Amino acid sequence: MENLPINQMNNREVLLEGRNVKKYFPIKEGLLSRNQKFVKAVDDVSLKIYKGETFSLVGESGSGKSTLGRVLLRLYDLTSGSISFDGVDITSIKPKKMRNIRKEMQVIYQDPFSSLNPRMKISDIIGEPLEINKIAEGVEKHNRIVELMELVGLDPTRMNHYPHEFSGGQRQRIGIARAIALNPKFILADEAVSALDVSVQAQVVNLLKDLQQKLGLTYLFIAHGLNIVRHISDRVGVMYLGNLVEVGEVEELYKRPAHPYTSALISTNPTPNPRSTKEKVILKGEIPSPSNPPSGCRFHTRCPFATDRCKNETPELVALSNSRSVACHYPLV
Amino acid sequence: MKELLRVENLSVDFQKEKGFIRAIDNISFEVYPGETVCIVGESGSGKSVTSLSIMRLLEYENGKIANGEILFNDQNLVEMSQEQMRQVRGNDISIIFQEPMTALNPVFTIGKQLIESIVSHKHVPKKVAWEQACELLALVGINDVNVRMKQYPHELSGGMRQRVMIAIALACNPKLLIADEPTTALDVTIESQILTLLNDLKNKVHMSIVLITHDMGVAAEVADRIVVMYAGKIVEQGTVYQIFDEPTHPYTKGLLQSIPNESGPREERLYSIKGNIPSLSQLPAGCRFHPRCEYATEQCKKSEPDLVVGNNRKVACWNFERVINDKVEQ
Repeated sequence: MENLPINQMNNREVLLEGRNVKKYFPIKEGLLSRNQKFVKAVDDVSLKIYKGETFSLVGESGSGKSTLGRVLLRLYDLTSGSISFDGVDITSIKPKKMRNIRKEMQVIYQDPFSSLNPRMKISDIIGEPLEINKIAEGVEKHNRIVELMELVGLDPTRMNHYPHEFSGGQRQRIGIARAIALNPKFILADEAVSALDVSVQAQVVNLLKDLQQKLGLTYLFIAHGLNIVRHISDRVGVMYLGNLVEVGEVEELYKRPAHPYTSALISTNPTPNPRSTKEKVILKGEIPSPSNPPSGCRFHTRCPFATDRCKNETPELVALSNSRSVACHYPLV
Repeated sequence: MKELLRVENLSVDFQKEKGFIRAIDNISFEVYPGETVCIVGESGSGKSVTSLSIMRLLEYENGKIANGEILFNDQNLVEMSQEQMRQVRGNDISIIFQEPMTALNPVFTIGKQLIESIVSHKHVPKKVAWEQACELLALVGINDVNVRMKQYPHELSGGMRQRVMIAIALACNPKLLIADEPTTALDVTIESQILTLLNDLKNKVHMSIVLITHDMGVAAEVADRIVVMYAGKIVEQGTVYQIFDEPTHPYTKGLLQSIPNESGPREERLYSIKGNIPSLSQLPAGCRFHPRCEYATEQCKKSEPDLVVGNNRKVACWNFERVINDKVEQ
């Protein structure tokens, strides 16, 4: 049983890969901004996303998951490290060439209210990427818009309406139609369902899964709702204070978390079952500031198992098995 | 046991450009001493409006109570003047909100804000109030109280601010604490700290809690009883076990089914309730849930069901018996 997934893993093609990615934001302090400090939003993260899979990033606010997503899409320039997409190194690619590659990588944002221009009709919002990239015009464009609207479950006769006439869930569908308009290979869904009501959230999650099968998409799914992540993902990466602390296959990781932070995160996730006997690992304190992270393992200030070694020595992300890596001196499994 | 709070046939209207919109329509529920009642619902269900009505804060939001009574210890809060209400707020009933940053005043220290609420309600000297404020901060789990007292809200993290808000709310030993989405803006590890704190406090100071949330997980963790709201109406009301073990309204059932499993095998597809939440200005006729309901019949389109006793709890559905019998299939 162990062998099959490993073989699959090795044969699978990597679509997006980040190597030692760092993203520091400068903060200016003191007279004439002489003391320059940095917020280390993403600090030395390496990861691979395979073709056709859904990879999720989870972590608390300030963990750097959204920044990492944006850096991987080169929406931010990276401080150091390298990124390759579909075999092409895009770390320092020229903007003109990057524009071509962007067709392949699209984003769905969290807030369906601020990510759609309120003065544009739905047909223009969905049709804009087609126009900019000179892919379709006139009747052809119209037909493609109808096709896209049907694909995401919107009524095409409403293509001349404005965003305010749609509900939150429908707007998120519009955002999805826009994202898939150019037949991308890769979609970053940054908290794409977090703002939706539970009954509508399920519809959008199902839609994302359907589209993945139909169009062969690869997703990077950023979310804090752990139940949704478990449902949608193949693999999960857990971030804490700019570091990737654990990566693994979703069910295995939820069942037997290896990093104490993953374990706390999963145990404190509210369970919709009043009879749940789940033992909670209540962490002390809160996530420290990324401008002044703790020494050694960044989690040691909140970790129930921390020793002196954790205070001084930074753990590397090392493989526990073929499908699991963890950055902890004393992993739980 | 006699109830602490009884809401009777309460309806609330909001003034909009095109006349009135009824945000909550004829709701009734009660809260007993020492229990936690969770009001759950999605956006537009009227759960927050309910909390604002109990505090009589609606008037400041362009709303008014059109009908009904809110009885707190037999006093009708609806008939009180704002002057009288000021005595009730803080002394008897306190409220905490979702966003602790906007609820605290950014230009005063934590200590000053705590002392202000103690002095204005209890009329004690400042020195005594300082000591009481320190005790309150310790009660809500804040260390180094003497340092914290002198800090400003921006110097504290989100979880810490919510603890301060709870301390202020508890300053005058209220009998009822209304918590309107108190953990929604917080991360899960902090959320569980706050929920544990609320549970501990309830037992320590013996108060009742009305907790408003959209998260069934949160409700499962803290509630004794649950009130489920949909589009301004209460659709089901029962103990936490009744609601989770045997949801009797199709909406409650759908809501619970749309949450992905946390353990066990993963579903291929999530169950989802079809359609969207209706706008309050364009409510469907009959039962408000009927366009999205898989049990809907002709009767549901025409007449609205009342909240009546069924399956040992209160439910507003014409077909609840079919819903219960259907349970076996899953």
